[in-house]
Amino acid sequence: MEKYEKFTGIAAPMPLVNIDTDMIIPKVFLKTIKRSGLGVNLFDEMRYDRQGNEIPDFVLNKPQYRDAQILVTGDNFGCGSSREHAPWALADFGIKCIVSTSFADIFYNNCFKNGILPIVLPQEDVDKLMDDAERGANAQVTVDLENQTISGPDGGEISFEVDSFKKHCLLNGLDDIGLTMEKKASIDAFEAKAAQERPWV
Amino acid sequence: MAGKTLYDKIWDAHVAHEAEDGTCLLYIDRHLVHEVTSPQAFEGLRMAGRTVHAPDKTIAVPDHNVPTTLDRIGGVIENEESRIQVDALDKNAKDFGVHYYPVSDVRQGIVHIVGPEQGWTLPGMTVVCGDSHTATHGAFGALAHGIGTSEVEHVLATQTLIQQKSKNMKVEITGKLKPGVTAKDITLAVIGETGTAGGTGYVIEYCGEAIRDLSMEGRMTVCNMAIEGGARAGLIAPDEKTFEYVKGRPHAPKAAQWEAAMNWWKTLYSDDDAHWDKVITLKGEEIEPVVTWGTSPEDVLPISAVVPAPESFSGGKVDAAKRALEYMGLTAGQKLTDIEIDTVFIGSCTNGRIEDLRAAAEVLKGKKIKDGLRAMVVPGSGLVRAQAEEEGIAQIFQDAGFEWRLAGCSMCLAMNPDQLAEGERCASTSNRNFEGRQGYKGRTHLVSPAMAAAAAITGHLTDVRTLN
Ligand code: SF4
Repeated sequence: MEKYEKFTGIAAPMPLVNIDTDMIIPKVFLKTIKRSGLGVNLFDEMRYDRQGNEIPDFVLNKPQYRDAQILVTGDNFGCGSSREHAPWALADFGIKCIVSTSFADIFYNNCFKNGILPIVLPQEDVDKLMDDAERGANAQVTVDLENQTISGPDGGEISFEVDSFKKHCLLNGLDDIGLTMEKKASIDAFEAKAAQERPWV
Repeated sequence: MAGKTLYDKIWDAHVAHEAEDGTCLLYIDRHLVHEVTSPQAFEGLRMAGRTVHAPDKTIAVPDHNVPTTLDRIGGVIENEESRIQVDALDKNAKDFGVHYYPVSDVRQGIVHIVGPEQGWTLPGMTVVCGDSHTATHGAFGALAHGIGTSEVEHVLATQTLIQQKSKNMKVEITGKLKPGVTAKDITLAVIGETGTAGGTGYVIEYCGEAIRDLSMEGRMTVCNMAIEGGARAGLIAPDEKTFEYVKGRPHAPKAAQWEAAMNWWKTLYSDDDAHWDKVITLKGEEIEPVVTWGTSPEDVLPISAVVPAPESFSGGKVDAAKRALEYMGLTAGQKLTDIEIDTVFIGSCTNGRIEDLRAAAEVLKGKKIKDGLRAMVVPGSGLVRAQAEEEGIAQIFQDAGFEWRLAGCSMCLAMNPDQLAEGERCASTSNRNFEGRQGYKGRTHLVSPAMAAAAAITGHLTDVRTLN
């Protein structure tokens, strides 16, 4: 995975609450056995009509948001299924950061595994970034994971919380499995003990 | 020192490693795998030259994509992409040596129904699956939750998961349920109370008299939808009913091991002085049969209510409710019982077990579904199907005009050909009413099996208690 570096990009406003994983990537696109290529179908049912034409009103179809890298969203973004196709599609489109007051648990975890930083902020901070996002390319937003800040064009840094381990992995582009395998001795010891205590498992 | 919750106890028994910042490696006792969220994980293993760490703790079954029509027997899956996924699972299961129930096996079915049925799911275990409804297994007092595909690969390779502990939430349902009110109504009523984000960051333990009174099937229905309330997992402490259900299942412990297991299982409850970060209490007697009116599982109301006005909500929910009413083709003030439906779906990991089919058949007995309505029953597993046939339930469904299908997820998520047409309206026993969930522009009302059967008879959403 690539290292997650500080960047400045366009933020797209999606104030709708409860945007679920079926909206992010409808299930017809889950029939793939690959991880790549899902970006064109991101938000498919909101983005295209049945004939495959773009719906001009949809935010990511508007000229000023076509290259958005940040989404500012309503509560409970990513609720629904565990499908990692949702962050795959977002990442493939070019989204690197999502801001909301809350995320669904599995989706939140999945983001980190795919180079996307989900940022949880209080409502007033989300509202402020939503205002910035409404201004499109005129109001770029800077995300700095190292220092845990996000800031709009008018200055005013907003700090955010992030789990230190997740931050470390994202910043350094680390592979979880490799890291865990370094702890093989602990896993083996646990298995030996569990085999004694709970042999029926 | 404060006592422990059930979740604390299971967690503590499975920590294989704890880092200074509290990040843990949680050991996984059972890993369930299906065809949609696993191909990329197996591919990742292959590319890195890794093996499955514990194939004997890994159970695979195709369910999401498989056709449920009778021509599936001996046939091939027509949709090419679906076939590729099922074929990939066949191959991965074989190559990596994990337990497997192929489409042709009578035990095949929805992974969350097959696991408990075969005795893979036991009290006190950690269970994961690349599927959000893994929470179902919490009914056994197991810590069970959904994971993404990267985590599937992580568990395959290491049999552990990197986790931070969640907070503890208690949901107590006191007293007795009224007749006609079921586990599905409880779980929907709880989500109506907490909202879909109310459980975020928590593991929920359901308790109270109304929960204790439920069968294992009912408890699975309740835990199944913990995820719709945003929780990582839902749990119910094991008791005699749990042990009774587990005993004698193919993969349950036997003889001396059974005794040893029982000794531990009996310690699996929350201590009286355990700490809860959040507590919610509902009165069982006050829960009514409910239906959803919108496009989020939190959009739930008693069947006696009317469609709400968007203005009655606050914040972002006002716009969401407007959008939902437009999508659902409903107007504020309309009686829920006046909503006409085109399709009835009975099945899914929420309500595809034998007890669910019995409840629906009880309502349908000697009756016919409304003319022109499409109705189908998709049993949760081949064994549920066989049992329903033996009990004569299958015949009741067929006599009433229902299609009697083979096991799978089917119209719960409509990845196979079972889909709603644009604008079609369905009373469904599944768990999600999202836009497009059951087909592009399809409209879903979530209900219990008995309520689904009632709607099938009258052709509109109906309070099952008013049918004679
Ligand atoms: S029945 Fe529905 S909710 Fe359950 S596993 Fe299948 S698709 Fe998911």
